[in-house]
Amino acid sequence: MTDTTATTRIEERLYQNRYRVDEGRPHVRIKRRIHDSDALISLLSICPAGCYSRDEKGRIEVATDGCMECGSCRIVCAKTGEIEWSYPRGGYGVLFKFG
Amino acid sequence: MTTIHEHFDAIVVGAGPSGNAAAYTMAKAGLNVLQIDRGEYAGSKNVQGAILYADALERLIPDFREEAPLERHVVEQRMWMLDETSHVGAHYRSDDFNEDRPNRYTIIRAQFDQWFARTVREAGALMLTETTVTNLVKDDKGKVIGVETDREGGPIYAEVVILGEGVNGLVGQRAGLRPELSTSHVALAVKEMHFLDQKVIEDRFNLSSEEEGVVIEAVGSVSSGMVGTGFLYTNRESVSIGIGCMLGDFVETAIPPYKLLDRFKSHPSVKPLLQGSEMKEYSAHLIPEGGFSAIPALVGDGWIVVGDAGQFVNSVHREGSNLAMTTGRLAGETVAALKAENKPFTQVNLRAYEAALKDSYVIKDLKKYRRMPDTLHANKHLFTDYPHALSSALQTWLRVDGVDKRTKEREMVRTMRAARGGFRGLMSDMWKVARAWR
Repeated sequence: MTDTTATTRIEERLYQNRYRVDEGRPHVRIKRRIHDSDALISLLSICPAGCYSRDEKGRIEVATDGCMECGSCRIVCAKTGEIEWSYPRGGYGVLFKFG
Repeated sequence: MTTIHEHFDAIVVGAGPSGNAAAYTMAKAGLNVLQIDRGEYAGSKNVQGAILYADALERLIPDFREEAPLERHVVEQRMWMLDETSHVGAHYRSDDFNEDRPNRYTIIRAQFDQWFARTVREAGALMLTETTVTNLVKDDKGKVIGVETDREGGPIYAEVVILGEGVNGLVGQRAGLRPELSTSHVALAVKEMHFLDQKVIEDRFNLSSEEEGVVIEAVGSVSSGMVGTGFLYTNRESVSIGIGCMLGDFVETAIPPYKLLDRFKSHPSVKPLLQGSEMKEYSAHLIPEGGFSAIPALVGDGWIVVGDAGQFVNSVHREGSNLAMTTGRLAGETVAALKAENKPFTQVNLRAYEAALKDSYVIKDLKKYRRMPDTLHANKHLFTDYPHALSSALQTWLRVDGVDKRTKEREMVRTMRAARGGFRGLMSDMWKVARAWR
């Protein structure tokens, strides 16, 4: 049995979850401005699923496969308008076994 | 899917505690109800700690204990103040909680919500899962007359739409019924499900049967200077452990929520409780914590808001699912009463729901703590200075090291005062908290 109290990588955590990914239809998109705002950059740390990262040019990008649909990124970036957020189509996205 | 030609009395958006309570109440009253949820099954999108408060459900389904999937009833509450290495705790345990109709239970929401939704269907409501409501449909006068979904077949119509769509409720927001949420009005919580042998849980938490459970709520260094709390709930064969802090505080500190959870899990007071467990799910969810002043418009022509979408959470007492069920029930009763009298679902008529809320514990409690969110936001030191000072004072008290007791007492008083820059700081904090509590 593994020591689950030790620091766990986010990928290992998300691996425990069940998802039905809507291929090619990400429900969160970034509407890029000339420069990424501080709010958008803060998502690197805030997103509980670690969906946000920097691309090779240092710009923020999003991969929604592990998204738990909490909506934090949408609210944090509401004023900057950089996040286009909608719920996945019915039946898709995260499917909690326990919730 | 083919077009739904039927015209419903009511459409309920969402199959969480509030939506289920509303749909159940109306179906029982003989109304023609359609409930829509975007999950694969009701509950598959829902996240909670989770504690079920029996009273709110009992008022809907008196014998729910016979059928509902419940984990353990709570016999012991532990309130902990943590600093980096210690916890100061107040525990309350009573055999009185081992009663015929226990007051609080731990539950697993995905399972509980499925049961609740099934009960709603048995009461006569029609349930449509795997369907995301995308918009409200309004007539030329602005009255809500139905919903649009991501299914083919066009809009679905009803006399009234009840929005139990949760904290991140996009339908009401897109329709302009309520403003965007603010980062100072919501907490972000993350949680893990840790599985352990049932017997191990009972031994570790000092429980005498598979029916008894313990709840731990923790404040202090666990939130790393943010406004927030950690929790640990015992289920039958698992432990739910999580932590939530204000979203705006996460933005300021730039601490990843899962790292905060790791820190909580590795605290010396918590770590032994999880030893050897198997983590089987990681979840995240927002909690509306803006309190009374953040409650949006609740009724309009053809629509009502219930549950988290209406910010109905008492963050001081960690209550939410009960407020959700109560608001759902009261909304359902309002709609059923208007239907029985053949009255239209206008804003004016639906205000009976607001009046019922004001008469209930829901608004009374939220109003009582209306100052608390701002007070805590402006006094984050309460979450760091006091746990540390208290721990240090108690350690001075308990360590036997040749120092005389009078000197130790002076040292303890000095520690407490120093924590807040003197006696006045202490008094000022007490006043502020007492005022927000009143």
